[in-house]
Amino acid sequence: MRRFNITAETQRRRGIDKIFSASPRLCGKNYLDKSCILLQSMLHPSSDQAHSIYRLFNRFNIAAFSMLALVIVLTVYICIKYRVRKGEERTPAQFKGNNKVEALMIGVPALLLLYFFYHTIATMKAVEPNMRGNTQPDVIITGHQFWWEVYYPQTGVITANEVHLPVGKRLIMEMRSADVIHSWWMPELGNKMDLIPGRNNFLTLNINQPATYAGTCSEFCGAQHAWMRLYVVAEDSVTYTDWLAANAQPASKMAGDSLIAKGEQIFQTATCGECHRIQGTAAQGNEGPDLTHLFLRKRMLSGMLPLNEANLYKWINKPQAVKPGSYMPDFIFSKDTLDALVHYMAQLK
Amino acid sequence: MNIPEPQSPLPGVSVSTDQGLLQWISSVDHKQIGIMYLLVAFFFFLVGGVLALLMRVQLAVPENHFLSPQAYNQIFTMHGTTMIFFVLMPSVLGFSVYLTPLMIGANEMAFPRLNAFGLWMTFFGGLLLYFSFVAGGAPNAGWFNYAPLNEKNFSGSSGIDYYALGLFLSGVGSVATAVNLIVTILYYRIKGMRIKRLSLFVWMVLVNSFLILAAIPPLNAALSMILLDRQLNAHFFTTGGSALLWQHLFWLFGHPEVYILILPSFGIYSEVFQVFSGKRIFGYGFVAASSVAIALLAFGVWMHHMFAVGSGLVVNGFFSASSMLIGIPTGVKIFNWLATMYGGTIRFTVSMMFAIAFLIEFTIGGLTGIAFSIVPIDWQLTDTYYVVAHLHYVLIGGSFFGILSGLFYWFPKMTGRMLNEKAGKWFFWLFVIGFNGTFFIQHILGILGMPRRVYTYPALPSYGLYNFISSVSAFIMGIAGLLLVIIVYHGMKYGKKAGNDPWNGFTLEWMAASPPALKNFDSLPVVNSRRPLWDLKHPENPDDE
Repeated sequence: MRRFNITAETQRRRGIDKIFSASPRLCGKNYLDKSCILLQSMLHPSSDQAHSIYRLFNRFNIAAFSMLALVIVLTVYICIKYRVRKGEERTPAQFKGNNKVEALMIGVPALLLLYFFYHTIATMKAVEPNMRGNTQPDVIITGHQFWWEVYYPQTGVITANEVHLPVGKRLIMEMRSADVIHSWWMPELGNKMDLIPGRNNFLTLNINQPATYAGTCSEFCGAQHAWMRLYVVAEDSVTYTDWLAANAQPASKMAGDSLIAKGEQIFQTATCGECHRIQGTAAQGNEGPDLTHLFLRKRMLSGMLPLNEANLYKWINKPQAVKPGSYMPDFIFSKDTLDALVHYMAQLK
Repeated sequence: MNIPEPQSPLPGVSVSTDQGLLQWISSVDHKQIGIMYLLVAFFFFLVGGVLALLMRVQLAVPENHFLSPQAYNQIFTMHGTTMIFFVLMPSVLGFSVYLTPLMIGANEMAFPRLNAFGLWMTFFGGLLLYFSFVAGGAPNAGWFNYAPLNEKNFSGSSGIDYYALGLFLSGVGSVATAVNLIVTILYYRIKGMRIKRLSLFVWMVLVNSFLILAAIPPLNAALSMILLDRQLNAHFFTTGGSALLWQHLFWLFGHPEVYILILPSFGIYSEVFQVFSGKRIFGYGFVAASSVAIALLAFGVWMHHMFAVGSGLVVNGFFSASSMLIGIPTGVKIFNWLATMYGGTIRFTVSMMFAIAFLIEFTIGGLTGIAFSIVPIDWQLTDTYYVVAHLHYVLIGGSFFGILSGLFYWFPKMTGRMLNEKAGKWFFWLFVIGFNGTFFIQHILGILGMPRRVYTYPALPSYGLYNFISSVSAFIMGIAGLLLVIIVYHGMKYGKKAGNDPWNGFTLEWMAASPPALKNFDSLPVVNSRRPLWDLKHPENPDDE
């Protein structure tokens, strides 16, 4: 697959930026801050796959706009030229048709379509290469109503909603679903892939540029489909390896803080662990997102809110008011209990 | 020439001059049934339109709290289901049963009671669907209702049961009407009206009826299966069965369905272009044959709705090629209509203006359709607002513009009165501007990454502005819709008397009185060509076939 000179590409696309967005994207390490605006446009391809599709889309747009222009010009011309003027009495000549004109109407579109069919096949082959039996995935993504489970089989790391991936390496991603059909879509990284219960789908990905990319579930999956968003954090291999190593550790435990101890106890006794997992404790549920290193993530509820203690408090206090239709039930916690829980969870880094 | 007449009187209440409600309800007259189909469509159009405006209010600004997610999901599901099954479907069937006998020189449909059956099944199917609102919740899994989201454990209210029953009923009605239309066209033509001389509208109805016959059964099979799953814990679409099976069955129906909705409109445009250009159709054979080609191809393209499910290169490649092929007969039609206008005497009536606007709107919808046949582009844009834009360009700019064009064209025949052309032009411009303002910008939203069927969206760059423009334009369409209600009401009450042939038409329905008597025709001239009225008006230059 062809490599791209990113700077030249970025230069070339500056014109498109002007049309489609007010501010340029560039989110480095401080991704998901307020100052950093994420786009999720297919016109900013940042992987080999997205580049291939982008080139094909450009070709298509040239042909489509030419065709549209032809129809508009013909329609307007005919309407002006042959409109009935006031008082005009004319009986037009009655043509039956003309086979040469018909042949042209069939031939030209047929040739154009042949051209695009060729490029369709070529691009499909580039985007979804034959894996020749090599389906050992780097990451397994499992869709849940309404969040993304992210599992790295080589290291055993489990996280949610924010997918860290290395740049410049061919990755194989496996897509599964725990309930209904979802669809992985990162517009800047290329093609969608559905996550279908009872079926394992695969996606290949070569990310070109370290950055944070925004995406979303794009198959309607229920009440909170709108807030089933996700992020890919693409990093150089050193940063990525560090991140993996940090996340492979069990939950950190700050000794000596009684409030934390109280929070942990509440977490274990208040059935939180039936649905959530905190590695290194008894909490091993898998219905909700893994919380082992919760505060290494930047947003909560699949992109709905920035992750901080205030939002966490609001959420645990009344989940159905914050994200109605999600599976987190309304508990009845006292303020003290909530404070302890949030305090405990805030040190899960 | 005498028109064949049924030997025994038609079943049903005897028709007097008093057109009371009971008389309408019990009618088996194809004209009254056609008009009632259109009234059913008009009623559901207003309901579906209100649902659309509720959605656009919710989406006008980012992170809006006007509607809850549960309410929004029911509303968008009901909007799509209503517009497809209870607005466009009864509209095209209404024009079909009203016009087909008139255009082929018959006095009635082949099976008048079956005709009434079809209408009432459709109407009661719609009522049953809407009953879900008071029975605990409307369906909430989208108009194509994907499994396993449509199963009891993910959608607990009885909405989807009502969806299955309502669509099943209306589907049975549509099949009955399709059989009726086929038999009528094949057996009830007046002498001289050979198949090759049928008006193009009737040609489209004929092709369309075969499409309905073949397309509805897979839907009804899928609806039965989901009912069994939900009521009797069968496992067609859950563990042990296959979630994808629903998609295959649904789109095996669903893609032909969108052609079912547009072919009769193609027929309407073909009549309107001829009459208001003062010319015969350019390439009759090609226009008719391209519809047959579209109908046949319709059954080999369904997986282009499913390119992202992870099928291999061969399967996706096959369905890419077949979907692209659809572009050829469709393009042939567009250029034949342009060639029909070429050299003519073009009269800009409201009906003609909708037909001309259609040429451009439908080209946009057709070209974005080609985008979805190019698999990699589909991988990016499927299930985004680009699809929402595309489908509204084909269903409104293609199918619905045809219904409006037909309404302005045949309203004088149906009621004996004209619609106000001046007000009609206001309606045209408001509707076209509102329509393009609402949907064109949604192409860009899709490219910028906005998925469809979201009850709200984050404030990403441009999202707020573009959605706001779309919402404002939707209200312009809403105002246009109100204006249409006034125009139609005014036309029925106070419209200018139309006379039998207000547009200087070419086809047999303009020989009947306006509105036609119970017995459409007492006698008709011998049919020697595709345009019997042209031959009568131009004895010096009759058509050669």
